[in-house]
Amino acid sequence: MKFRIYRYDPEKDTKPTMKEYDVALEPTDRMLLDALVRIKSMDDSLSLRRSCREGVCGSDAMNINGKNGLACITKLADLKEPVELRPLPGLPVIRDLIVDMSQFFKQYHSIKPYLQNAEPAPEKERLQSPTDRLELDGLYECILCACCSTSCPSFWWNPDKFVGPAGLLAAYRFIADSRDQATNDRLDDLEDPYRLFRCHSIMNCVDVCPKGLNPTRAIGKIKEIMIKRMV
Amino acid sequence: MALPTRKFDAVVVGAGGAGLRAALQLSEAGLKVAVLSKVFPTRSHTVAAQGGIGASLGNMGEDSWLWHMYDTIKGSDYLGDQDAIEFLCRQAPQAVYELEHYGMPFDRNEDGTVYQRPFGGHSRNFGESPVQRSVCAADRTGHAMLHTLYQRNVRANTLFFVEWMALDLMMDETGQVHGVTAMEMETGEVWRFHARATLFATGGAGRIYSASTNAFINTGDGLGMAARAGIPLEDMEFWQFHPTGVAGAGVLITEGVRGEGGYLLNKDGERFMERYAPTMKDLASRDVVSRAMATEIKEGRGCGKDADHILLKLDHIGLEKIETKLPGIREIAKKFANVDPVKDPIPVVPTCHYQMGGIPTNYHGEVVVPRDGNNASVVPGFFAAGECACASVHGANRLGTNSLTDLLVFGKASADRLIQFLKENPGHKDLPKDAGDYSQSRLARLEGQTGGESVFEVGADMRRTMQAHCGVFRFPDMLDAGVKKIREVAERATRTEIKDKSRTFNTARIEALELDNLIEVARSTMVSAQARQESRGAHDRADYPKRDDVTWLKHTLWYKDSDRLEYKSVNLKPLTAESFEPKVRSY
Repeated sequence: MKFRIYRYDPEKDTKPTMKEYDVALEPTDRMLLDALVRIKSMDDSLSLRRSCREGVCGSDAMNINGKNGLACITKLADLKEPVELRPLPGLPVIRDLIVDMSQFFKQYHSIKPYLQNAEPAPEKERLQSPTDRLELDGLYECILCACCSTSCPSFWWNPDKFVGPAGLLAAYRFIADSRDQATNDRLDDLEDPYRLFRCHSIMNCVDVCPKGLNPTRAIGKIKEIMIKRMV
Repeated sequence: MALPTRKFDAVVVGAGGAGLRAALQLSEAGLKVAVLSKVFPTRSHTVAAQGGIGASLGNMGEDSWLWHMYDTIKGSDYLGDQDAIEFLCRQAPQAVYELEHYGMPFDRNEDGTVYQRPFGGHSRNFGESPVQRSVCAADRTGHAMLHTLYQRNVRANTLFFVEWMALDLMMDETGQVHGVTAMEMETGEVWRFHARATLFATGGAGRIYSASTNAFINTGDGLGMAARAGIPLEDMEFWQFHPTGVAGAGVLITEGVRGEGGYLLNKDGERFMERYAPTMKDLASRDVVSRAMATEIKEGRGCGKDADHILLKLDHIGLEKIETKLPGIREIAKKFANVDPVKDPIPVVPTCHYQMGGIPTNYHGEVVVPRDGNNASVVPGFFAAGECACASVHGANRLGTNSLTDLLVFGKASADRLIQFLKENPGHKDLPKDAGDYSQSRLARLEGQTGGESVFEVGADMRRTMQAHCGVFRFPDMLDAGVKKIREVAERATRTEIKDKSRTFNTARIEALELDNLIEVARSTMVSAQARQESRGAHDRADYPKRDDVTWLKHTLWYKDSDRLEYKSVNLKPLTAESFEPKVRSY
């Protein structure tokens, strides 16, 4: 199978190149990550992040034939050759397929991604109805792979100012949690021409999310609550 | 050349469930802590845990920590230490409530309490009938737990060193630990982390086997570092083969599937677990179920054209339950097995999953070694928690859900004890003059190696050897040959060569260093397994089919130094409860 892979080593390359690989795969190589591991066994200089190999740790996000996705759950059989692999767009490249995700995590951290509840915790669990708990489905499952934010033009232009789909999904995850008491603070923080309102519902995030989540919908909900609050 | 040095009160190595729970405790105590992780914390392997956390909350009917304790001891095939097990089971409910208070999105009951599902080996009233004890967030419990703990650490301003790989312990001649050396992956720089106390939460090493549910990062780094520093590894012959890894792919399918009503079938469509475990059936302990499955396959009742797997049927539990309680499983089955479990059964095989053994500790998370006639002498300044540690709460076979419970309970307990140690031992002692030299010599060896073998080849041979010689069923001739083979592979591992010598994010170098750790784990496993002449829990010997409490009710201690083995007694004395005497184990 033929691959074209983005290669860049800052110690020796002045600019990135696309390196071609033609690899004989085994029948057990079913996912793109299997092929990459095989390529690395022949060329140990190829660098990428990977861990769980089942789509839950979020390490091996990359741009696959023009679309962001996770190598470990992308079936080789579904890919057009030569398979073109590039690092996630919009973030600085450290080396090969490895990007510097600092900006992405900075935005995630900026929304205070933790439960806020000033009341003293009860002796046992805080109660939450199944209906209230259901509100968190489609929100808490995010794996922070950054496929969404790095496919978002608004994030490309303003990664320092726009929270981006992953961060906003997390913000709504806490706003939607019946146990969280900081909704007003969270909304105040997001009521800003950039942090939230740079989202123009282009919906690339929804298109690429490997977990099938819908950040655009969550962003819409935040906007809705914000408008209700104004009235 | 002296390495750059930074001083901390404590260094935590690993940021999975145990590392994050410990880090939280230390950060909230206002200590200066460095948390080192090879990956961004939420990418740690805890993220892949599915089924739940065992705790006797009693939300679904009567339950008690004592029943949980009994199940854990029986699950361990009586090799678990009963003081540590009592501690685990008594602390479990509090650990779960804390996690809930941190924001964990647990599934709920109509009355708003946390939902609990049945799980393998969990029973009411000392084995009478299954009990619902596993708290969960659908089938993504580990993911939800890891993210919740990370989020709480963000709140506590924990200082993370992300994508740093610890290389070696820095120990002085008295045996006290003073931190670790570690490499920043992005730059290739090596630092000394000079700490008054060091806590390992480095996880397991399931990557010693070819077929494993474990992530690539599970390379036993903490065990390798400990072994190289002369600390023994305990009970390494005990590896849990999870009954339901996706055939061929190895990806985990939670026991929660069987907890929610799924069951296993052989090629005749027979629900064969009824024969092996009349009471608990498909919810018997994992070692029992895995052995039953392997027996069915061995005796020609496996499924598929090669009769090499078993089918996990769950379509009968219905679309709604699958969508709400097991959505992740459906996703995995579709992707990795090409089946939709709403309609078709999932092909599964027993797959290496969990390391019961590890760095020996007491139930405070202090690392303990035999010394001057005391078989549990504390190593000053050194703590371990989670899968890398052996407290021992899992003994010869871990009960499903107890891994996450272990991370929470011992993550916290070890941090609490560490805080106490710091109070009693103020100030940094000087680092030994040669601190860091050993790591530098290992790196220099790797840089200068010529005519060596590729890390990939040596690693593949290690995995094949472990898979073929030390699997679910163990045979004397295979173990004898296995010891010889794994020693040869270990020898080859001292001559690995990487082609890429660059500094920036050189993952070839990282993989070579990981192999150094894996190989210690593989060797300790094979040698310990060959020596243990009985069948107990996950260790099943064809030539010694029975448990032998007279000779073998004891923990193995393996030393890297010439594969030396020692043994220490099992603690059958709980903290307050009455002792559970070893009995015949049936489910």
